[in-house]
Amino acid sequence: MNSSTKALLIRLAPQLAALAVVLLLNFTMFPQFFHIEVQNGRLYGSLIDVLNRGAPVALLSIGMTLVIATKGIDLSVGAVIAICGAVAAASTVSGNSLALTLAWAIGVGLACGLWNGFLVAVLDIQPIIATLVLMVAGRGIAQLITEGAIMTFNDEGLIFFGSGSFLGLPMPVVIWLLVALAVLFVVRRTALGMLVEAIGINRRASTLSGIQTPVLLIAAYVLSGLCAAIAGIIVAADIKGADANNAGLWLELDAILAVVVGGNSLLGGRFSIVGSLIGAMVIQAVNTGILLSGFPPEFNLVIKAVIVIAILVIQSPAVQSAASFLSRRRADAQGARKEQVQ
Amino acid sequence: MANNSENILAAAGFCKYFPGSTALDHVDFTLRRGEVHALLGENGAGKSTLIKCMTGAYRRDGGSLVLDGEEIDPHNTLAAQKLGIGTVYQEVNLLPNLSVAENLFLGRQPRRFGMVNVREMNRKARALLAEYGIDIDVARQLDGYSVAIQQVIAIARAVDLSGKVLILDEPTASLDTQEVAMLFRIVRDLKKRGLGIVFITHFLEQVYDVTDRITVLRNGKLVGTRETASLDREALIGMMLGHELAQVEAKAKDAEAQGGPVRYQFSNFGKRGKIKPFDLNVRQGEVVGIAGLLGSGRTETAEVMFGVERADSGEATVDGKAVSLSGPRAAIKNRFAFCPEDRKTDGIIGDLSIRENIVMALQARRGWARPISRIEQNALADRYIEALDIRTTDREKPIRLLSGGNQQKAILARWLATNPEFLILDEPTRGIDVGAHAEIIKLIEDLCRQGMSLIVISSELEELVAYSSRIVVLRDREHVAELTGERISAGHIVNAIAAAQGTREGA
Repeated sequence: MNSSTKALLIRLAPQLAALAVVLLLNFTMFPQFFHIEVQNGRLYGSLIDVLNRGAPVALLSIGMTLVIATKGIDLSVGAVIAICGAVAAASTVSGNSLALTLAWAIGVGLACGLWNGFLVAVLDIQPIIATLVLMVAGRGIAQLITEGAIMTFNDEGLIFFGSGSFLGLPMPVVIWLLVALAVLFVVRRTALGMLVEAIGINRRASTLSGIQTPVLLIAAYVLSGLCAAIAGIIVAADIKGADANNAGLWLELDAILAVVVGGNSLLGGRFSIVGSLIGAMVIQAVNTGILLSGFPPEFNLVIKAVIVIAILVIQSPAVQSAASFLSRRRADAQGARKEQVQ
Repeated sequence: MANNSENILAAAGFCKYFPGSTALDHVDFTLRRGEVHALLGENGAGKSTLIKCMTGAYRRDGGSLVLDGEEIDPHNTLAAQKLGIGTVYQEVNLLPNLSVAENLFLGRQPRRFGMVNVREMNRKARALLAEYGIDIDVARQLDGYSVAIQQVIAIARAVDLSGKVLILDEPTASLDTQEVAMLFRIVRDLKKRGLGIVFITHFLEQVYDVTDRITVLRNGKLVGTRETASLDREALIGMMLGHELAQVEAKAKDAEAQGGPVRYQFSNFGKRGKIKPFDLNVRQGEVVGIAGLLGSGRTETAEVMFGVERADSGEATVDGKAVSLSGPRAAIKNRFAFCPEDRKTDGIIGDLSIRENIVMALQARRGWARPISRIEQNALADRYIEALDIRTTDREKPIRLLSGGNQQKAILARWLATNPEFLILDEPTRGIDVGAHAEIIKLIEDLCRQGMSLIVISSELEELVAYSSRIVVLRDREHVAELTGERISAGHIVNAIAAAQGTREGA
């Protein structure tokens, strides 16, 4: 157990370092960054804000990690957020109970995932194309549901998922932490994680070994749809309305970025959900930091790009192998010195 | 540094480390002008690593490389090529969809007014190949020619580009006797021109046929360099294995095994376009060999039996009961197992550890919801690493870092862990060195003795003859003969293939 914890820390070291650096940068520009206070039994502060605002990307990155581990990609998650938000809004506006509304939104998310999984696993369409279909069509579907307008609602129960709090933490934070724990438990306590990694590394060899490749592939996309649906509910609940045009816009790219910053290879195989979640928090910390620092908003995307490039360069295989080369030379030199002493 | 001027290439103190293992440990290697130098060793001995470090495909972690009296440090194969070190691999690395001439002059085509001068290029290509005694249409696409010719073209290109050192990495693996003779004629020719030639092969006869000196590596260390003429075969094998090779192949066949009950029956089993319907019975504790030329339907036979390709005619029974072989899962449920021919694409799951690769099939059969505990996984992996003598520093190493023979053993372990009763091995000894080869043959015989039924596909006839109790001969995607008893011999197999050809041509 101890050695596996150590291995996990080594695996996540670059991500944790990146997060620490970004947080420290935020702190130097905005000294109150780490300040957290309690108001009305609820925590407030920039750090809490990062966790809260990062919820949609964190949720998406959980499903995206598994999809990418199978050597796939899911471009449709942003659109699925819009669809599920719209479904939730439409359901609650038409007077359905909260439970039924949630069931509808999550059911639609699962169906979207099933559709993607069917295209990829059964029809054998390349994932980037298969999910592009829903990425483009999805926003249209959402607009049809909201009839082109922002559909607002006042149901306190639904709004609670966006702005409520539980044990002092904002609901979105509670939700993404719970989903992450649940998925982590299922993936790593069963053989699912290993089998998904096997499919991503060598699909044919996996099938020949008797792994139910199509079933697991579909499962990965369904999980991604589920995560997007939950994110969709949070996003809609947060603004008390469904905005088919802007809800989840470009979030699929942030989710993919979170997975990559998390140290996962887009070529599939070995994956770390915790890494992706740290990646999601890094991205959100950058976003929040730029806002707090008071840079003119037109700089935002450029600054974000620079920071992301810096993180990716540090993680790149070329830099990593150079680093290990240097550290081995140093170790060799030390070894030689020891020999001389002896 | 003792730098003998007769050496064209001298590597001294080469070291190469991979995460968790030492692939090369201070290896010295010298190549003289005008000599053919065999580089031998078991799988995992470090032959490929040494070559890759010399050609710049890998960065070496220590040691010096001197070419023609000058210290060099090529960063990639292109740089090595420019310096004078050319390499020809077993799988010809040319472009099959370009013409022969284009392949020869790719990247340096003769130009006129900035355009490729095709006529000049073809003329030069013909002249170049004429030096090798080959007269072919150089404007034709490369894949229209046999592997042997492609091999010669690759050599011609490498020599033309580099011209000092030529490295041949198992060039004869897929050639027949005549083609090997042609290749060796060319090798001797190049030797006379003063090139230094490094020759890697698994065929010891060829080593004695064509080489002047032999360097043997074992476990990443240099065992020694000897004159071929003064090193007898036994001593050489002793150097390679570190122990005397057990004479496993000279074993008399178990006559009693043939008396076991028939357990597996395939009748009129086939798939259109892949393999014509065939009948095949396999008894308990029996090895049925499958022989035939490449493309004769050997692998296809294995694939329909394992459900990789779904049969569209006939039926299969196990112990008299009809079974459905709709896919690998269905076959595995009936305790079938299948080690495919192409380890890299169909066998190993490269980035996963040896442990995970070994438990994979068992875990897949149990389903994802019933994980094998880490303790059981470790025990399984350790047991098979020891039982099959898989050479590795530890079980957590990614399987892609193992050598071919050890990968093959790990795949075999993956299936043995599922306790199969019917095991299909497709070319289990391909690309494996002498030592691992003998071990795998011994394993096949052990499994058979334990009552397992085996189908073994192999292109090495002697090997098939040694362990099969029956041999099925294939040709043109059809089962054409079944040899039993006294008729099991390499000669009869060849005759069966040839006879089939005769009748076909006669018809």
